[in-house]
Amino acid sequence: MVSYIVRRFLMTIPVLLGVSILAFSLIHMIPGDPARSMLGSKANEEQLMQLREELRLNDPYIAQYGSFLGDLTTGDLGTSVKSKEPVAEELQNRLPATVELSLFAMLLATVIGVLAGVIAAVKQYSWFDNLSMTGALLGVSIPIFWLGLMMIWLFSVKLQWLPASGRLSTGTELETITNFFLLDSILTLNWEAFSDAFVHLLMPGIALGTIPMAIIARMTRSSMLEVMNQDYIRTADAKGLASYLVVFQHALKNAFLPVLTVIGLQFGFLLGGAVLTETIFSWPGVGRYVLQSILGRDYPVVQGTILVIAIMFVFVNLLTDIMYKFIDPRISFD
Amino acid sequence: MKQHLLRTLLGVALLTLLVVAGCSGDDQASTDNEESGDDTESSENEDNTLVFARGADSQQLDPSKVTDGESLYVTQQIYDTLVTYKEDGTEVKPGLATEWEVSDDGKKYTFQLREDVKFHDGTDFTAEDVVYNFDRWVETDDSIYFGYMFGGSEEDPNGFLKSVEATGDYEVTFTLDKPNAPFIYTLAMPPFGIASPDAVDEHGENYFKNPVGTGPFTFNSWSKGDKITLDKNEDYFGDVAQVDQVVFRVIPDNGARYLELQSGSIDMMKGLNPQDISGAEGNEDLQVFRRPSMNVGYMAMNTDQDGPMADPKVRKAINLGVDKKELLTLFEGLGKDAKNPMPPSLWGYNDDVEPYGYDPEEAKKLLAEAGYGDGLDVTLYAMSNPRPYLPQPKLTAQAIQQMLKKVNVNVEIVENEWETHQTKTQNGEHDMAFLGWTGDNGDPDNFLYVLLDKDNAKKGSAGNIAFYKNDEIHDLLTQAQVEQDQEKRAELYKEAQKIIHDDAPWLPIAHTTPPIAAKNNIEGYVPHPTGTEKFNHITLP
Amino acid sequence: MPVAEVQSEEESRMEQADPKEISLWKDAFSRIVKSKTSLLGLIIITLLIIIAIFAPLIAPYHPIDDGSVIDRYQPPSGEHWLGTDALGRDIFSRIVHGARISIQIGVIAVGISAVVGILLGGISGYLGRWVDMIVMRFIDILMAFPSILLAIAMVAVMGRSLTNAMIAVGIVGVPQFARIVRSTVLSVKEKEFVEAARATGVKNGRILFRHVLPNCMAPIIVQTTLSIGTAILDAAGLSFLGLGAQGATPEWGAMLKAGVDALQTAPWVVMFPGLAILLVVLGFNLLGDGLRDALDPRLRQ
Repeated sequence: MVSYIVRRFLMTIPVLLGVSILAFSLIHMIPGDPARSMLGSKANEEQLMQLREELRLNDPYIAQYGSFLGDLTTGDLGTSVKSKEPVAEELQNRLPATVELSLFAMLLATVIGVLAGVIAAVKQYSWFDNLSMTGALLGVSIPIFWLGLMMIWLFSVKLQWLPASGRLSTGTELETITNFFLLDSILTLNWEAFSDAFVHLLMPGIALGTIPMAIIARMTRSSMLEVMNQDYIRTADAKGLASYLVVFQHALKNAFLPVLTVIGLQFGFLLGGAVLTETIFSWPGVGRYVLQSILGRDYPVVQGTILVIAIMFVFVNLLTDIMYKFIDPRISFD
Repeated sequence: MKQHLLRTLLGVALLTLLVVAGCSGDDQASTDNEESGDDTESSENEDNTLVFARGADSQQLDPSKVTDGESLYVTQQIYDTLVTYKEDGTEVKPGLATEWEVSDDGKKYTFQLREDVKFHDGTDFTAEDVVYNFDRWVETDDSIYFGYMFGGSEEDPNGFLKSVEATGDYEVTFTLDKPNAPFIYTLAMPPFGIASPDAVDEHGENYFKNPVGTGPFTFNSWSKGDKITLDKNEDYFGDVAQVDQVVFRVIPDNGARYLELQSGSIDMMKGLNPQDISGAEGNEDLQVFRRPSMNVGYMAMNTDQDGPMADPKVRKAINLGVDKKELLTLFEGLGKDAKNPMPPSLWGYNDDVEPYGYDPEEAKKLLAEAGYGDGLDVTLYAMSNPRPYLPQPKLTAQAIQQMLKKVNVNVEIVENEWETHQTKTQNGEHDMAFLGWTGDNGDPDNFLYVLLDKDNAKKGSAGNIAFYKNDEIHDLLTQAQVEQDQEKRAELYKEAQKIIHDDAPWLPIAHTTPPIAAKNNIEGYVPHPTGTEKFNHITLP
Repeated sequence: MPVAEVQSEEESRMEQADPKEISLWKDAFSRIVKSKTSLLGLIIITLLIIIAIFAPLIAPYHPIDDGSVIDRYQPPSGEHWLGTDALGRDIFSRIVHGARISIQIGVIAVGISAVVGILLGGISGYLGRWVDMIVMRFIDILMAFPSILLAIAMVAVMGRSLTNAMIAVGIVGVPQFARIVRSTVLSVKEKEFVEAARATGVKNGRILFRHVLPNCMAPIIVQTTLSIGTAILDAAGLSFLGLGAQGATPEWGAMLKAGVDALQTAPWVVMFPGLAILLVVLGFNLLGDGLRDALDPRLRQ
């Protein structure tokens, strides 16, 4: 087991190195003068030169990449050109926002998806099965930006039930500790902020969680059906164990393996889907930040953020693989 | 996995319901809004805090280092300038200086300063502090606006500021190399707000997030990308603010911001979508302010290339081929038709210029004469983000494309993010391109010279992206720069506008009045044409 | 993307497809027609193709030139079935013309994914050893980025245009194909007929393209169908972010984006292009699911 983990861990090193090269070079292929775009049209040549110097843009690429990697090892992700703040610091506020949203979306997706999948499998061909699988089918086909806008239109514009943007209302005070607002409000026993943060999470969470929810529901249903048809479940059933016990103890346990993989894969998808969701709901997270930085060509931010997201993605996958192996040691990976 | 038709049908039925609901329920909107308005009055503003929302955060709170409006909007509350604009226009009135004298040759300005002013950090404001600020701007390369308005550092050949000296405890004397008529107006610009030297020294690199000035509000806190909080300055030398606190909140999306205003969680906002204007005006809980126009949005035609736009006939044809009246409906009442490169609110505006009008037949004739009777393919570079002077650049581009198609001009639209758009148009990659300008100091020079003089038509850094080079214009504009008599200057500018109109390097589009929406119980707010104003007269109920 | 990921779960089943069974395709088709949902998918896609071909005949107005600002934001009516947009253009006509663009996206983007992916996966699986090692690490690196983010970054590099958005979406889809083809090739290459060909001295390239790849067609076809839906969705997302279709192009994602500012006053401008995307993607997913079931040998009697 340990050797597997070590081996799996080592395998990520070339990937991470490749990722860093890609993140680094991608940005350098972007057309346009970064110094000019940073200072705006009113800057003069002298000011531009100075900035290029600061950013080492005049160095050869290899040297730039070298210092990029060197800085990385000390946790230095560079400094934002726009805000003059270290990228790592900028991410400190935004990363929790995105992770909180993604976790919330994943929680919704897993709970509702697994539940719907299990019930649909147990009551195969019932109206519930039909309804939830139609929902799932639509769920995987839906443009989430459209879904988000339609929700805003319905729940914010027409019904005025839910806030359309941000993480908290303006009047709400919250002492931030972790920058996970739900967690912070619990830690400070601030229930007003908790409900406010929760209400703000709802629509973006649903929008972001729809696709994973649909996929998890479908996967759960099909793997449940598969397992339920196997002999030992039938045996258990025949032995007269209460039927819900059969379902939950045996079937779900076995069906959970493929579902786990989907959950792992989908988490990476969420990090990407956050770009669209955060844009629509003005969510102050990493997705919107990286999009703005790409468009504004804030070089260091794009490099740093893409790298952090990719590293997170790689590690989530690593974790899923290890968990998979842990739960079911028969499976071999290569 | 087996599928059933039934499931799918159910889904389709659900969607149909949604759609039907979507297209019918419009009457309800207004009543909904009223309800929400009532809610909020009871819950908000007990603490006398003004929440002002906008689309982007400030970059830095050191006004000398920035060019973005969102930074200056906030620093305007924190800092004062030597002179300041009157509330309703760009005439100047005393600020930190009470009075000033100009020598006969126009090269020496002597200012008497207020003696009762303290910086927010408690230090006294004196003549030395003014000198300190100017020295700092001269010495640092990234004082962008300073470089731009004063020609930058001492070695810069364009520089005209010779020296700034404290000639008394409360007297400052400026010496110029050559007369500069706009000088006094320039001093009122928010980038030239006077900072506390102690604070600048103390915070060094981090001064931009620890601003200390003399203005009606003091800096409290800044949560990047989210909000900036300012407190009332009880010791302000002018009118002390009516609200205790101002929060500048960032809500990037125009629609979302407007929803927040409707739901009452913010008090005021900039950047209302033109589409929402009529809704906001019809909502009795809200009011819409319009900022007096001191801008121009235009489509420049690249006269520099060997391309079709080098021919004045083509440029005139484009002017004749666009139905401005129809185009202006896109602005939903927020824009006035433009015929000159400068707004009518400025002195020197030439109202005698006769606009081209819409005449597609004449346009076709001119095109045929120019050799493009069979059609003409041109590019139109447009920015993808709304600008104050052009709130819907994409739609405007598409509408122009639609119209020009009728006179056989095929327009290819090239959209770019604002910064890229600037770079590409300054390089002259376009046939036609959108751009605009918001006046800095209310001087016609700040429009005509910056945007249409041959001095500013250099590839790579052009302000004149029509690359319009006319020696006659250059003579008129440089003559106006050194002329001291405003009447004579006005005549020179009027003459220039006439020539520019005939040469048609632009299709002038509009002078807009950018909207600011607010709860209807807010009083004392007067939007200023320059784009920033102090909040000290605003009252909440 | 997500549907495709489910697919990769299924790939192991498909490896067992028996290459000799020629009646497979005929059989699969009859299965699809019998399954009502996949038939629905087939009908949606057929309709899409018909609408695309006859767009100018079906659309009552020109999608770009017709319309005037004066008639902006009209609600759905007899004259304009789905209302008008900000420039008074008929939304129905624009959606109809947009069908052409959707097909274009599907063909070009998935074409890129498929060709590059099949080549990489085929070569990697067939040659194995260090080639496999290098190709797969490269694929791993590509997959370390969330796909939308990678596509956004690529468009930012290449410049914004619909073509570049298609290319980016295509490249992002490469790993899916490469992995599926690789695993299928791994199982097929051990089969007797491949061994036989190798024994008679047929060259590697010929074996790969003549014998191995043709026998991987089933999973490739399923993946292609599902990928088209995903590609349309992703490209619409890019256009929605302003990185895809430019100007007046009646691409559905761009149309939706253009309507966002008017969400409060004219929700139909956003609503209908989104429905069009949903319907078409649904069609490809239904058909893809149907194909997978039909081509999955385990379900065969």
